[in-house]
Amino acid sequence: MDVLTLGRLQFAWTISFHYIFPPLTIGLGLILVVMEGMYLKTRSPVYHAMTRFWVRVFGLIFAIGVASGIVMEFQFGTNWAAYSRYVGDVFGSALAAEGIFAFFLESGFLAILLFGWDRVSPRMHFFSTVMVSLGSIFSALWIIVANSWQQTPAGFHIVQTAVGTRAEVTDFWQVVFNPSTVDRLSHVLVAAFQTGAFLVISVSAFYLLKKRHTDFAKASMKIALVVAIVASLLQLVTGDTSARLVARYQPAKLAAYEGIFPAAEPRAPLSLFGWVNESGQKVDFSVALPGMLSWLVYGDASKPVTGLDAFKPEDRPPVNIVFQTYHAMVGIGMALILISVLGVFFWWRKTLFEKGWFLKILVVAVVLPELANQLGWVSAEVGRQPWIVYGLLRTKDALSPVVTAGETLASLILFTFVYILLFALFIYLLDQKIKKGPVDADVIGEGHRA
Amino acid sequence: MNIDLNVIWFLLVGVLLTGYAMLDGFDLGVGALHLLTRTDEERRTMINAIGPVWDGNEVWLVTGGGALFAAFPMVYATVFSGFYLALVLLLVGLIFRAVAIEFRSKQEHAWWRQMWDVSFSASSILSSLLLGAALGNIAWGVPLDAHYEFAGTFLGLLHPYPLLVGVTTLALFMMHGSIYMVLKTEGAMHNKVRGWVNNAIIFFIICYALTTFTTLLYVPHMTETIKAHPIFFLLPVLNMLAIANIPREIYHGRDLRAFLSSCASMAALMALFGVGLFPNIVFSRPNPANSLTLYNAASSQKTLGIMLIIACIGVPLVLAYTASIYWVFRGRVRLDAHSY
Repeated sequence: MDVLTLGRLQFAWTISFHYIFPPLTIGLGLILVVMEGMYLKTRSPVYHAMTRFWVRVFGLIFAIGVASGIVMEFQFGTNWAAYSRYVGDVFGSALAAEGIFAFFLESGFLAILLFGWDRVSPRMHFFSTVMVSLGSIFSALWIIVANSWQQTPAGFHIVQTAVGTRAEVTDFWQVVFNPSTVDRLSHVLVAAFQTGAFLVISVSAFYLLKKRHTDFAKASMKIALVVAIVASLLQLVTGDTSARLVARYQPAKLAAYEGIFPAAEPRAPLSLFGWVNESGQKVDFSVALPGMLSWLVYGDASKPVTGLDAFKPEDRPPVNIVFQTYHAMVGIGMALILISVLGVFFWWRKTLFEKGWFLKILVVAVVLPELANQLGWVSAEVGRQPWIVYGLLRTKDALSPVVTAGETLASLILFTFVYILLFALFIYLLDQKIKKGPVDADVIGEGHRA
Repeated sequence: MNIDLNVIWFLLVGVLLTGYAMLDGFDLGVGALHLLTRTDEERRTMINAIGPVWDGNEVWLVTGGGALFAAFPMVYATVFSGFYLALVLLLVGLIFRAVAIEFRSKQEHAWWRQMWDVSFSASSILSSLLLGAALGNIAWGVPLDAHYEFAGTFLGLLHPYPLLVGVTTLALFMMHGSIYMVLKTEGAMHNKVRGWVNNAIIFFIICYALTTFTTLLYVPHMTETIKAHPIFFLLPVLNMLAIANIPREIYHGRDLRAFLSSCASMAALMALFGVGLFPNIVFSRPNPANSLTLYNAASSQKTLGIMLIIACIGVPLVLAYTASIYWVFRGRVRLDAHSY
């Protein structure tokens, strides 16, 4: 394999692995704020037990997130040096801001969350929980700013330097609020809230099925279900605006999402599923709603949508993988809505906690938002290809000139080995924590200096 | 010399890396000393002494990397791609370390704990050596071509001078970590740890003296600025005084002052390093014309200005809550239900 393929594989592998964890901490962080807020308001021991238990789970997820995240901060320099030189003036600021505004906040106050129960007042502890949650959201903000700038670059100009051209900032706020930042940030944050909520739902459903910690599980489930249904429905809105944004700024990506080939296709269809036949320039085995894509994008079913033929072959993303990942993500999004609505419906009918078959679905449902996160990122990032910065710099021109294929292969093998080990340990310890469950000390609120 | 944005950012990146050395320095040092303890309780005390703060300390490295990317992208790109395998090893070392801290006490089995104890110590030692060797290479100079690309090899990075700086860094961190443990322990363990401090100081002073002589003899460009501006001789003097002060404070039982003295010696060392390097960031050897300086490696003035505003808002906040967290977790380690 060549160094480009290996470098891309390594980036995909390390970022996908890392991205298992941040959505969980962002989502769980918000839920912790609700749980601990309820505890401060009601002083009910069950909320205290919930906060205690979920803080422990949060700590574990956060630790793996940090361990795998350090790699990301340095990988632009190690493997994508040409990219780093080209965008450093713009992109570097966002990463530095993430460090200063988000990581310090998160890691600092997390210490109080985990170890500070006996050292600070309950109010101060709650304040720390809010800060950790804010920190995780800030971190999403700055990294989405950086990534959105790659998708829809703005607020810069191209300057000739001694060793080539590079992008330099002309307007910082245009960089931060580039055309896609707000929509993509809301899409990612809402997805993270879904992910955190479904983790809590899954563990609670497990306890209910096993008839353990039932009061604890019921109370956790209720909070998480509220977050889940609000987030799942909101995701319809953010998904819709994000897709329209892609249609406007990255038409080649949108064409790949839906497998549209004619340069301008009037009454463009929306496929429910299918298999893209790239040589035949059509989507096989598809069930499609004619005109639906045109209508979703322009509010007019007869308006033409730009297809892949409008782009030179070297400017097109790989179509089928983008099509499949995008459709799978949307499909999972719909399933999450269905599950949340059913959950709330059964809750309203007061049968939720006894419905064994449904609880079993809830136990495994936690993998759905995780899958959707990964699939969504694959479609967003592969859909941007062949560009690393859309329209400006190609991925193949972004590598480190001095790093060889052999070195990249060596590091890829090392990261593969380390991450598999890390993941096995994570699952094992998470399983232990869940089996142990909330302990008595959590319930009575021992140690609070109140 | 004018104080412009480039100089300010040279200083700020230096401050971030010094902050990193002072903070992660002690927890890497604690890791390096970890296997000197024998009982499980002592080992848990070691890990829990750094438990609430180590990941916050590592954030200084991450933010230092981010600041380098933003302010001097050429350096970020050249050094990290040039030191590829070394950096990958450092990252793997830091991951292993995080994992070892997190997982060590989660199981009772002796083999499990021993395995993670060894991982924790080995990865701490490896990380310290690699960080020091990277600094050593920057000080010695690295081969750069006319495009400012690294023109050397991985094995070329492992010559004696960087390795010596690596060992010196390890010694410095062990000294720093041992003083930190004096602050964090009580009873028999406290007395034991007190004994480490003097040995660590001796180890460090030997390494430091060797590094100084080697630098004077073989790395002349690092001492030119100091020779040209004798005022900078204050830095090595300050450094020696700070180091000499550590055993004195320890003897009088003023442990916190000993720790601050150790921090001061680190700051003086980093300042010495910065003065020696200035105005280069990566000195090109054998062809100094290809060096990356704080001008040809920097981002635009506009970006440096924006970043300065970000730093002016962010850094005071960071210092405020870092200080409050160290305040909350002041005092000796007591193992309890929330401990590792």
